[in-house]
Amino acid sequence: MNHYHTPLRQTPFHPRTAALNRLNQWGAWAGYTTALTYDDATMEYTAIRNGASLYDLCPMVKYRIQGPGAADYLNRLTIRNAAKLTPGGVHYTVWCDDAGLVLDDGTLFRHAADDYMLCCQERHLPWLLDSAVGYDVQVREITEELAALSLQGPCAATVLHAAGFDMSKLKPFRIARFGFEGGEIIISRTGFTGDLGYEIWVAPAQALPLWDSLMLAGAPWGIRPVGTNALNLARIEAGFIITNMDFIPADQAVREDRARSPFELALDWMIDWDKGHFTGRRALLAEAAKGSTWALVGLDIEGNVSAEGSLIYHNRKTEVGHITAATWSPATKRNIAIAQIRRPYHAGDTLWVEVYALRELQYAKLMLRARVTKRPFFAPARRRATPPGAF
Amino acid sequence: MRSSDAIIIGGGTNGLACATRLAASGRRVTVLEAAPTMGGGACTVEFAPGYRVSGLAHLVMNLDPRVMQGMDLARHGLGFAVTNLATTALSATGDHLALAGPFGAQINGLPETERAAWAALRLRLLAFASVLAPFNAMTPPRIARGAGNDYLRLAKLGLGVRALGKEDFREFLRMILINVADVLEDDLADDRLRGALAFDTTLGAWLGPRSPNSLILLLNRLAGAQGQLSVPRGGMGAVAGAMASAAMAAGVNLRCGARVARVLVTRDAASGVMLHTGEELHAPLVISAINPRVTFQRLVGAQHLDAGFFTRTAHIRSRGGAAKLHLALTGTPDFRGADAISRLVIAPSVRGVEDAFNAVKYGEVPEAPVMEIILPSAHEPGMAPEGCHTLSAIVQFAPHAPADPDAARAQMLENTLRQMEVHAPGLRALIHHAELLMPCDIAARYGMEGGNWHHGEMAVEQMLFLRPLPGAAQYATPLPGLWLAGAGSHPGGGISGAAGWNAAERIIKVQA
Repeated sequence: MNHYHTPLRQTPFHPRTAALNRLNQWGAWAGYTTALTYDDATMEYTAIRNGASLYDLCPMVKYRIQGPGAADYLNRLTIRNAAKLTPGGVHYTVWCDDAGLVLDDGTLFRHAADDYMLCCQERHLPWLLDSAVGYDVQVREITEELAALSLQGPCAATVLHAAGFDMSKLKPFRIARFGFEGGEIIISRTGFTGDLGYEIWVAPAQALPLWDSLMLAGAPWGIRPVGTNALNLARIEAGFIITNMDFIPADQAVREDRARSPFELALDWMIDWDKGHFTGRRALLAEAAKGSTWALVGLDIEGNVSAEGSLIYHNRKTEVGHITAATWSPATKRNIAIAQIRRPYHAGDTLWVEVYALRELQYAKLMLRARVTKRPFFAPARRRATPPGAF
Repeated sequence: MRSSDAIIIGGGTNGLACATRLAASGRRVTVLEAAPTMGGGACTVEFAPGYRVSGLAHLVMNLDPRVMQGMDLARHGLGFAVTNLATTALSATGDHLALAGPFGAQINGLPETERAAWAALRLRLLAFASVLAPFNAMTPPRIARGAGNDYLRLAKLGLGVRALGKEDFREFLRMILINVADVLEDDLADDRLRGALAFDTTLGAWLGPRSPNSLILLLNRLAGAQGQLSVPRGGMGAVAGAMASAAMAAGVNLRCGARVARVLVTRDAASGVMLHTGEELHAPLVISAINPRVTFQRLVGAQHLDAGFFTRTAHIRSRGGAAKLHLALTGTPDFRGADAISRLVIAPSVRGVEDAFNAVKYGEVPEAPVMEIILPSAHEPGMAPEGCHTLSAIVQFAPHAPADPDAARAQMLENTLRQMEVHAPGLRALIHHAELLMPCDIAARYGMEGGNWHHGEMAVEQMLFLRPLPGAAQYATPLPGLWLAGAGSHPGGGISGAAGWNAAERIIKVQA
């Protein structure tokens, strides 16, 4: 079949996810079709927070970076210190353009001293290759070579144990390798839910046996496949941001004022000023001296009406920002949001959110008090406990 | 240990001009030149026993008056064998067209209508060139808020352009980005004149007369001295010699045979250089007067530069299309009666120049190259043995990256000599020795990337605040402490020193 007959590709798990998608709700993600909701988003969210959930992660864009110069290359590419990441470890990171504006965020896996994997939302191969000139590295996209599942929830470790994988010693942001069906799978204690959870990386040929094995092993703990809608709720509670939802990558932004720096996305804590030069460093140094325009904050909004997409006002009058993600949070019983706010208004206690609440085809305009609150909104101790609790 | 206040990489005309200006401001300056002598592209060489010639550039047309006077080059020995050199547009039949005075002020042998048309076009081009000329003597403006532009001066220059008057201003806007072929074919009829002007426009460029925006290169050529050409006494090496002498008199420390391997960086600022020998020299100011692409790609390296900027430095276009021919002749060549003292141009028509360019687009040698010939031995004694002559020619277009360089060189030499023989029958019989430098030879000998004499093509998209590239067009670079001062920067090449002088002025202003 020609590619234009299938504008969206199917992931290696499609035979299973399609069979389980009772609502037939699909969404496009990085060129793949993925389930938005299988049968009930609330129950799927509940599985993430109270049991075990399985999420098809295949469309995540993945790059393999190998060679003696890999650590130096990544130190020039990203703002964090990739050399400090020990083999078998994972860290969250960000990379910027020359102007110090964020191109994307992602997770960096260090499989060996000279072997990394970078996972992110958008595609960046030209930038990654341009950045490789002068370094002894090979960079290639491996998105299609690696299938991935996210197993999240308080029972995630128990389910893996039942499937034959011992997670008792694996700490957060560490990687373990296991034999599976004559091949190898990689399990990292990472995720996008802010809960106990793992991501499992497998060759596409072994995708379906892996799915079947986890679904079978997890049945006693109520494992269920979850779609993007449930995951999105969980990630907002965890306070995580998503490229092209909470910020526009600098290379995609058309309007001059849309791109954001790490300071403006509250990611400046990752900057290692002492590791040597990295792309955007001089611009970020200048910004640090001069001050930034925007701030990204968590908000706690009165009431229970989700404030998605709303504008934010200082003293109910002056527009100072907007909400990029919002939800009523079942776990914290709060009305939470992630917002971009013009400095210095992010620091004061003068914020109001203008919400248009749709009530039976009629909008009601609400002006709701909003207070800046720390992220993550929801951070249970179980997410970090090692060995993980037996739920 | 700090060796000096400023280290300048490259002892060409720009490096020497920059050094002298900085030394005059009280700085201790060291100039590092890889070659055994200072001068870079300004040199006089003995290419055959007894035969001397300017090794690369062979005419002066835009030596910056600030450099000439500021370095007091006359006192340091710079004199001219010929000033106001005339041009002869050669005809294969001997029906030459002699252009006397600056930029063909007097031409004999043209019908009255053509003479009037030329006079009008000449005046217009010179007028346009003069409103552009002041831009060459300043740091290019930058399109950004708070960029530190000299707005008062820019406003004055803007007024100068506007002061052309309504008709001329409209003509200026119409012509500023036009190609020279259209202008010549609109306004003139004589093929010899059109060919010579098309040749002058594209001399040293990697474009043909029909390439977009080619006219601006002619205006830039005229911006120097309104088209006046001069031959320095003793060849171009005399310019370098006078500049080196002036630099030394100003207290500049000159070191030849010192090839820089890389720029040293300490705490995110240039802190000196390391030579090929491993020797380190330290200074808080490192100024590169060599090729900008080489500077960033090889001397600084990716690890000290942002990825976007570093990538763009690799894309600075630097293709050379000019070959340099040196002939040692055992007698006097006769270009069918043409004045041997004048500059002899073989460019039969616009089409002739365009055809010569077409070949190099495909990496091939043109069938009938176009060229500019001078006989240095006709200008002054000592350039050739008694009764003999030295011939120096810039021949276009030569492929910058031919598949087989040796075959291309041989073919280029053959086609060039064949073309010359047509215009000077018997010339080949006089050749005692011939040396042809292809762009790749020029690249190797003079460190000019791609064999481009200007260290980056002169073309509208690489001029003014786009030269050598945005982010480094005001002589400062993204790496603190590292500056550019070579022909790769505004206003570009030629034996001028303007870029070096501008850079020094900028450094003095910014560091004041």
